[in-house]
Amino acid sequence: MSKTNFLKGLWKEHPVLRQLLGMCPTLAVTTTAINGLSMGLAVVFVLFFSSFVVSLIKKVVPHQVRIAVYTVIIATFVTIVDIFLKAQFPQISRALGPYVPLIVVNCIILGRCEAFASKHHMADSLIDALGMGFGFAWGLFLLGSIREILGAGSIMGITIMPQAYNPLIVMILPAGAFLVLGLMVAIMNRIEQK
Amino acid sequence: MNSLIIIFISTVLVNNFVLSYFLGICPFLGVSGRLESAFGMGMAVTFVMTIATAITWLIYNLVLVKFGLFFLEYVVFILVIASLVQIVEMFIRKFSPPLYQALGIYLPLITTNCAILGAALFMVTKGYNLLESVVFGFSGGLGFSLVLLIMAGIREEMYYADVPPVFKGASLTLIAAGLLTLVFMGFSGLVSS
Repeated sequence: MSKTNFLKGLWKEHPVLRQLLGMCPTLAVTTTAINGLSMGLAVVFVLFFSSFVVSLIKKVVPHQVRIAVYTVIIATFVTIVDIFLKAQFPQISRALGPYVPLIVVNCIILGRCEAFASKHHMADSLIDALGMGFGFAWGLFLLGSIREILGAGSIMGITIMPQAYNPLIVMILPAGAFLVLGLMVAIMNRIEQK
Repeated sequence: MNSLIIIFISTVLVNNFVLSYFLGICPFLGVSGRLESAFGMGMAVTFVMTIATAITWLIYNLVLVKFGLFFLEYVVFILVIASLVQIVEMFIRKFSPPLYQALGIYLPLITTNCAILGAALFMVTKGYNLLESVVFGFSGGLGFSLVLLIMAGIREEMYYADVPPVFKGASLTLIAAGLLTLVFMGFSGLVSS
């Protein structure tokens, strides 16, 4: 039970490739593999602790104001991540820019809090949060890697393409984000069809 | 006056919220299926975004800056936007039923539209004054509506296209958006920064 609960976020109900949630950070920060990965891990952190708090307080929050309460909880953890990145990893913080605060309105987090954490036991909620979070993280890492390899000829900052390779600059521009993600979704559909 | 026009053109065409900052992609993919709903959503976003930038500017500069409460920025902004959407919804329902009929169902969705929070955050990082912020918010909303409408037009045509089944739906929309972004890159020389 808990195993399928964890695995569904990683593949069957993948937040990016199947449900198309959390599109802004997915498309915006994945210019390099490392940026994609750091955004993914930031979301794992926020999602995990928000789910934890939401499942703690789910019985005492009045139904009418629950969304506002969840949003404030999420915003609090996002502020923690933002301050932590600014202090410890200023370079990553600059690269991610306004997309760190925008995690507040990332629909994956509010969606999981509302649809799952507020209705299930704490252990299930935390497993679900980790599955969805890591699913999101690998999606961003893969998208970032593809774009970095094609657009800059390197991965994690290490050049891997031969000297003769002429980088496709468009892949690191906004247009490349849409094109690569569109193809990834199509490939995912193909694999699932079999 | 000159700087206002530059903000307007660069926000609508050059640095479009959807195509170059990726803000408001969720409604962009979800709502842009039909022209009518795209129009309603676009108008609702423009409306709320213009008011939201004005109010968040006032709160940021008169309260947060004055008392040095910068760490509350995100919590305050999202609360302001969420309550603003509520108030706007109640206000329109009371005073303009026809407008409510047109915008009604789109208004609650706007709280989680990252373009609104994004506009407030960009306004702070760019250091705009009140008037510039309002123009920025308004043109951001207008740029969002423009792209939403273009996309809805394309998707209505694509609905009848014969494409491989794995590309149907989200995948094809994303690729079309990518091509649209390439088209909008043509505007990039319009405003020299």
